[in-house]
Amino acid sequence: MLTANKKVDKLLTLYLPLTMLLSFTIFPIYWTINTAFKPEGDIIKRPLQYLPVNPTTENFVTAWTNVGFATFFKNSLIVGVSTVLVVLICSTLSGYALSRYQFKGKRSFMIMLLCTQFIPRAMMIIPLFVIFKNLGLISNPLSLIITYTAIEIPFTTILMSGFISNVPKELEEAAMIDGCSKLQSLRHVVFPLLLPGIVATGVFTFIYTWNEFLIALMLTNQQSKFTLPVGLSTMLGEFSINYGALAAGSVIALIPAVILFAYAQKHLVNGMGGAVKG
Amino acid sequence: MSLSQGVTETVINSEKTVKRKNIKKDRWVPYLFILPSFLIILGFLFYPIATVFYYSVQHYDVSAPYYNGFAGLENFKEIFTNDKMFIPSLINSLKWVVTEVGLQLVFGMILALLLNQTFKFRGLVRAVAFIPWAISGVLASTMWSLMFNEHMGVLNDLLMKLGIIDEPQAFLASTSTAFTSVIIAELWRGIPFFAITLLASLSSIPNELYEAAKVDGASRWKSFIYVTLPQLKNTIVLTTLLRVVWEFNNVDLLFNLTGGGPAHSTTTLTMYIADLAVHGSNFGYGSALTVVSFGILLVFAILYLKLSRYEKE
Repeated sequence: MLTANKKVDKLLTLYLPLTMLLSFTIFPIYWTINTAFKPEGDIIKRPLQYLPVNPTTENFVTAWTNVGFATFFKNSLIVGVSTVLVVLICSTLSGYALSRYQFKGKRSFMIMLLCTQFIPRAMMIIPLFVIFKNLGLISNPLSLIITYTAIEIPFTTILMSGFISNVPKELEEAAMIDGCSKLQSLRHVVFPLLLPGIVATGVFTFIYTWNEFLIALMLTNQQSKFTLPVGLSTMLGEFSINYGALAAGSVIALIPAVILFAYAQKHLVNGMGGAVKG
Repeated sequence: MSLSQGVTETVINSEKTVKRKNIKKDRWVPYLFILPSFLIILGFLFYPIATVFYYSVQHYDVSAPYYNGFAGLENFKEIFTNDKMFIPSLINSLKWVVTEVGLQLVFGMILALLLNQTFKFRGLVRAVAFIPWAISGVLASTMWSLMFNEHMGVLNDLLMKLGIIDEPQAFLASTSTAFTSVIIAELWRGIPFFAITLLASLSSIPNELYEAAKVDGASRWKSFIYVTLPQLKNTIVLTTLLRVVWEFNNVDLLFNLTGGGPAHSTTTLTMYIADLAVHGSNFGYGSALTVVSFGILLVFAILYLKLSRYEKE
């Protein structure tokens, strides 16, 4: 009797609400994938098909070649990978300085990093446009790489300095006593221990650049330079929307973000949760 | 707070490891290390923000350059006395932020409480539940537009099957449903943020507290109110503040699902600014609006932290 009660209790307080919330989460993703695999004529046909009756990949071909998702994908990849590289180099250096050195102005630098977190990003689109117009970098991936780097560095610096502080300084010193140079000890001792942290930082930076919209929209006015969000948005704003291609384009944009997220989500819960904890 | 905590930790750590020797020799090393980050932040975060303040007191219209020049407070005067969009968009911002953050907090809390229990495949379920966090605003917009659509939208189909509506609705095109529709789509994307942060705090509450409450005969609801909530207070205060700022500034879904319409019914203050910036040319006026919205956020943040007695018992 008691166990039966327990089962009912668990059903009501766990499985039922969890199923409802998960369905809410999954449904739009399922519907997008479902739409992406339907031939154009079947998409608006009633009764609606909850699974594609005549599954096809023609929408993906249309999105990739005709609409230009191959280009958008490539542009997003260029911006994402470059930003990740620059951010990792800058924030590892500054994180190392914050974690291992005591120097004048350190506190001010940290307060400066802190302040940046309260700057509304939407506040920056007008001045950024003017700056990059003057530099002649509108519709140039460099403008996005620089801006995203500036936006990401404060958080990743703090993140990296935390990771570096977790690597015992004694290890580094021991390596140097054993005859390693400073650089060698960094490369052979610190770097391997730091690698998981570097990967997590890189993944979060990449997801941010992959998803950012407003700044990319403001700084790009040639279709050949669109990133995925700008491309999707333009498609969504068109007068007669090709829903199959839109769904397929969405799936194309979705896959890398979800794969990277699945890989790094453990770090996310620990890192982000730990970071926000009061 | 992410940074403040990191800052204190790092300060403590580095004080522990004050250099024994070589202090003189590599005094310049840390400066060299932070130099790239410092320059990028200065040039592409602080400088743009400074120019917003500068432009806000200028006439600066790229389509009417002959008129450009110092404007004093004219832009601001225009906002508060003549702009018919300002007050309605401010009200929409208030509606947007309060409903979004409120609902995200409630559902995020429920999700976190559920995911904190032990059950099979918990790791996988957590990963799936958090997926919307990694999905962009634009992508969420395309996905939900496929759901809301009048002709092929599954939502109409489901609601008609349930007998709630008789004929397909254009949810995003009607003033009575557009705002709610965008709210739902943004809620979908926002729940994981609260679930993730609250889950991390939940798992750090010592089990003894719950056991003690149980001994005292507290019901599950009571132990939530008297044990869980007080333990989560600082996390809740901080995450809601961050989220208010974030949602106030977030226009991705509004921009892509409704474009602020129909009849400006979904135009928030930030949406109004974004629209001026992207489609308009009067950068001086847009900058003045930006400064006003920045001021509003700043006042809110200070009041909120004061009133919530953050980090005080």
